[in-house]
Amino acid sequence: MMTKASSLTQTWRRLLGACCLALCAVGAWPAQADERFITVASTTSTEQSGLFAHLLPVFEQASGIKVRVVALGTGQALDLARRGDADVVFVHDKAAEEKFVAEGFGVQRFEVMYNDFVLIGPRNDPAQVAGHDILEGLRRIASADISPRPPFVSRGDRSGTHMAELRYWKAAGVDLDQAKGAWYRDTGSGMGPALNTAAAMNAYILADRGTWLNFRNRGDLRILVEGDTRLFNQYGVMLVNPAKHPHVKKDDGQKFIDWLLSPVGQQTITAYKINGEQLFFPNARR
Amino acid sequence: MTELDSGFTLARQLLLAGDARLWNIVLLSLRVSLTATVLACLIGMPLGALLAVGRFPGRRVLVVLFNAMMGLPPVVVGLLVYLLLSRAGPLGAFGLLFTPTAMILAQMVLITPIVAALTRQVIADAWQEMHELLHSLGASRLRAAATLLWDTRFSLSTAALAGFGRAIAEVGAVMIVGGNIDGVTRVMTTTIALETSKGDLPLALTLGLILIVLVLAINGVIFAVRGWSERRWG
Repeated sequence: MMTKASSLTQTWRRLLGACCLALCAVGAWPAQADERFITVASTTSTEQSGLFAHLLPVFEQASGIKVRVVALGTGQALDLARRGDADVVFVHDKAAEEKFVAEGFGVQRFEVMYNDFVLIGPRNDPAQVAGHDILEGLRRIASADISPRPPFVSRGDRSGTHMAELRYWKAAGVDLDQAKGAWYRDTGSGMGPALNTAAAMNAYILADRGTWLNFRNRGDLRILVEGDTRLFNQYGVMLVNPAKHPHVKKDDGQKFIDWLLSPVGQQTITAYKINGEQLFFPNARR
Repeated sequence: MTELDSGFTLARQLLLAGDARLWNIVLLSLRVSLTATVLACLIGMPLGALLAVGRFPGRRVLVVLFNAMMGLPPVVVGLLVYLLLSRAGPLGAFGLLFTPTAMILAQMVLITPIVAALTRQVIADAWQEMHELLHSLGASRLRAAATLLWDTRFSLSTAALAGFGRAIAEVGAVMIVGGNIDGVTRVMTTTIALETSKGDLPLALTLGLILIVLVLAINGVIFAVRGWSERRWG
């Protein structure tokens, strides 16, 4: 009996010892430092164009507040904020943003800056869309009567760019539901992955200029339509409503918004350039 | 092939230059996945052992369930953990979303079934061999489970490695619950996804190579430690 009992204790003791050792190993990892931060839900275009990497260090230096950016499509970013998982939303889909504020999830919407969309396509431009008229360009893609039919890649992810694309089709008088065929590729992906797909298929695609300028894997694609005022893409910023989500860091969040709209913030946006080309144009109204 | 070549060159340059951001990303990957593996082992191994030697109603169902859950899609686990940790979710008050803790939790949920299922198989085999002996010693099932866990500890390292491999390689779950925040929750796999998005394929490939080398190194170390301790204590 004695030996049995002691060997049982011994076995469990060994296992326990192993567990303790493992726990110690886990506990020995450096703990996350408590830092002052806000969470900003934003879009892939601002993150992947490199704007935040340029902007945030300046703000963090000035305020001592770290900004943690979660980059998603505009639709997803707004949903995240609706659930209270962000303090500030910084996106580009005016209609969706106004709805967000009207529903009481956002305090107030401020316009910060704009950039523009560009229609990108194969260098040899089989549908002959090149020019300065986005609607005419889209009409030509939809009605291209050539074989093989040049494909068009859509984000298809409810992002700001996707919503803009749908608006342009509508304005161009193209009924997508009817016109859609094998040529219209709904990829359900972010701007970068969609550009990768377009480069691989030599397809047409609507992209924001910032992501395009920062994009490396261009293949045989180039900008075909640009400079149409309808292609302007307005960015707005909103504080998530503390009345709906009491944990929202309203003071620090508001500081970030105020800074973006301030002369210093606006100048910092102007100063961001890739190869000498300015990406975002500040237009805060105050 | 030129892309692969340039990938290797770039990998060497980045690592030798001691790029601080890269090292932080590597360390965070290791920290998250190793912690998740340890926790998954603490839960999954005793669970697997009990499933192997225990006799209780619903045991077979549980065995099939755990075997099936080895195929859990990471993105689904990520979504579930996200809904759990979101401010609007049941654990929202803790504010764990978009932290390494959330990533550890998601990976733990993902790999605990793997560790449990593989442990159950190892222990079931050992149980078949030893149960007469253990019975004759008058060992209870609980005690038999503990004894077998200790006796098969070297074989069980494979279960732990399988779990770790899955954890460090997945991107779907950590992307959702971590948010891929620069300097806070950005790990190897989410960085690779991000660089691929930017069309910087050489850098993405380079990071992929570093990840593979890392996993190889860890497997090598475990293999060596296992061989050494088997000779020493086996």
